[in-house]
Amino acid sequence: MAEELSKPFDKSAMTLQERAEHSKETRIQIISFAFMIGLTVLSFLAVGTEVLATGFVVPFILLLGVIQFFLQLFYFMHLKDKDHGWPNMLFSSGLVLSAPVVISLILLLGIVKW
Amino acid sequence: MATAAATQTKNKSVLWDWLTTVDHKKLAVLYLIAGTLFFVKAGVMAVLIRIQLMTAENDLISGQVFNELITMHGTIMLFLAATPLLFGFMNFAIPLQIGARDVALPFINALGFWIFFFGGLLLSMSWFFGGGADAGWTAYVPLSTREFTGSGMDFYALGLQVSGFGTLISGINFIVTIINMRAPGMTMMRMPLFCWTGLIMSILIVVAFTPLAAGLALLMLDRLFMGQFFIPDYGGNAILWAHIFWIFGHPEVYILIMPAFGIISEVVPAFSRKRLFGYSAMVFAVILIAFLSFMVWVHHMFTIGIGPITNSVFALATMTIAVPTGIKIFNWLFTMWGGKITFNTAMLCASSFVPTFVLGGITGVMLSMAPVDYLYHDTYFVVAHFHYVIIGGIVFGLIAGLHYWYPKMFGHMLNETLGKITFWLLYIGFHLTFFIQHILGLIGMQRRIYTYMSGQGLETMNMVSTIGSFVMSAAIILLVVNIVYSAFTSERITVRDPWDARTLEWSTPTPIPEYNFAQIPQVRSLDPWFYEKVHGDGKMKPSEPLKDIHMPNGSILPFLMALGLFIWGFGMVMINMDVPTVVTGIVIAVGFIMTFGTMVLHSKEDHGYYIPLERVKKIEKEVG
Ligand code: HEM
Ligand SMILES: [Cu+2]
Repeated sequence: MAEELSKPFDKSAMTLQERAEHSKETRIQIISFAFMIGLTVLSFLAVGTEVLATGFVVPFILLLGVIQFFLQLFYFMHLKDKDHGWPNMLFSSGLVLSAPVVISLILLLGIVKW
Repeated sequence: MATAAATQTKNKSVLWDWLTTVDHKKLAVLYLIAGTLFFVKAGVMAVLIRIQLMTAENDLISGQVFNELITMHGTIMLFLAATPLLFGFMNFAIPLQIGARDVALPFINALGFWIFFFGGLLLSMSWFFGGGADAGWTAYVPLSTREFTGSGMDFYALGLQVSGFGTLISGINFIVTIINMRAPGMTMMRMPLFCWTGLIMSILIVVAFTPLAAGLALLMLDRLFMGQFFIPDYGGNAILWAHIFWIFGHPEVYILIMPAFGIISEVVPAFSRKRLFGYSAMVFAVILIAFLSFMVWVHHMFTIGIGPITNSVFALATMTIAVPTGIKIFNWLFTMWGGKITFNTAMLCASSFVPTFVLGGITGVMLSMAPVDYLYHDTYFVVAHFHYVIIGGIVFGLIAGLHYWYPKMFGHMLNETLGKITFWLLYIGFHLTFFIQHILGLIGMQRRIYTYMSGQGLETMNMVSTIGSFVMSAAIILLVVNIVYSAFTSERITVRDPWDARTLEWSTPTPIPEYNFAQIPQVRSLDPWFYEKVHGDGKMKPSEPLKDIHMPNGSILPFLMALGLFIWGFGMVMINMDVPTVVTGIVIAVGFIMTFGTMVLHSKEDHGYYIPLERVKKIEKEVG
């Protein structure tokens, strides 16, 4: 029985509907990928062209970063799909646990170094 | 296990079988053996430490060796003894308790074990190359930087990095197993508490071992590659290490106590003949403790000088942990309340866990008051505190679990008389050793000093403490004697359920066939096995017909992959040794190629094998 598992299928095992959904998913992936590349280009431009004030560029890039982060999670890592309750739960508890740590480290690591 | 194992492994030698096994029950035994070896090793160090402190101005052990002993004792006990021993029980019990045939990722399970093992070996190698690690288990910089310490700390950084990686992937494996492998009807809120604490512990591992890995990587860069993350003279930040270490370190202590909580929550109901009181409150408390444990790390750094506002915030956060912990304590008490209690060894350990752990918790709350902590910090009071929670909590939990699951694991009981003597020796020895250390700390004895002056009123209490540690050693030796003695004299157990217990693992035949359940059971309630005994016909309802059973193949690759990491780590340590660079480079390359080469080999398809139906029927007849 085990040997058959390695044999390739000659026809797709998916139904027509599944295949339609599959290609739709592929399209979404490509679009979000292009969008993210766009975001990255934008942030490079913001710094590289040196026309924008630093006070604006830093929060701007941070904002783009946050958008990227959620796009990655929800589109590339499928958190938006159904039956992803557990990954969602684990990712958000990771965020909830690490955000206070990072914030307080930023606040606490000051001038005193030893 | 004997018959079932024999059917599969007739043609393999015993050694090869154990090196290649991916069976969770066998890996559990490997974890227990390796954990016990490390436990004994670190225990001997502890006795040496106590002998050195027995009398004032003792010069048996030099200051340097003393530092190596306390560092290696603490590091080994936490990372290489307590963690694997707990993993041993989790490996054994969790798949059985959720009604699964194995963990979700058996290969990763074996890999996790071997990586942990070789990481531990790497750390231990330090003794043969210029002395053990010597900057304390906390490895505070600047003491642990290249300026002040030798190759021992290189072994510390690399050894813990490797073994921590093993722990991390095992933790991931447990999460995946508990989420995906539960039998039909085994909802989250029907899981035994041991599975819940195992799940929460694993999540804590994933979140806490990652900062540790990052910190160790930075330390390694500082030590081996002239980095300067932690060296203030070059613009580094020494406090950063303490933060990173304790962001990992405080969750780590809860990583260890969680499964012990779980064991207690299994043993207490089983021997009180009552269901666990307040099951959902227990689950809630575990989750809350896990959450809070990430918000309190600064309580280890009160005296570092971060400032009163920060200290107050973290002191308050620390004290709130006492609330969910209190919930658990009361639930265990109410479980015993009015129960028909059997005081065998497992129950003695489990019930004495409760008051002992309370003492440790109370000293914890005392320590969490930041202003007073200036008095306690780095004294024997802290040493007493954490030994109360670690021995009174984790070790008692482990011994309770050992006596409880032993018949299922090895097919015979541990001798009860010897067991009870072990318990009493341990109990008395433990309080003798550590209670008095509270007072030693309060009258001003610092921790991590290798000798003290006479005439300061420290001699008698130190003597008492050392005598207590001898009594504890006697208890551990007796435990080992008991294991050997029982193996020869105890009657074989053939019944499924010698304790008349409540959870699914007791519905399997003894010895357990390698596939655990011929038919995956249908779970109808919390405490499913108890439910079927009372409301059903005393057998689990199957959720599937009898059919061929799919099993994973064993593999030597986990062993080789981990060995590669060991060689790589050793090569990295050689960078600081007096050897030609070429040799170092070769060793590193060999390890690297070995690890990644075996990964390539592993990418070959392997669909496991099937145990045919007739074989399953035959085995079931034999053991049933
Ligand atoms: C109610 C719960 C607890 C509280 C409030 C608490 C509080 C504290 C505080 C404030 C310290 C720092 C003392 C100092 O260095 O001055 C400390 C140290 C320590 N605690 Fe706890 N603790 C609790 C439970 C635990 C548990 C469950 C464990 C282990 C299973 C544990 C293990 C440790 C260890 C190992 C140290 C010493 C670390 C070192 O400096 O080497 N604690 N605890
Ligand atoms: Cu702590």
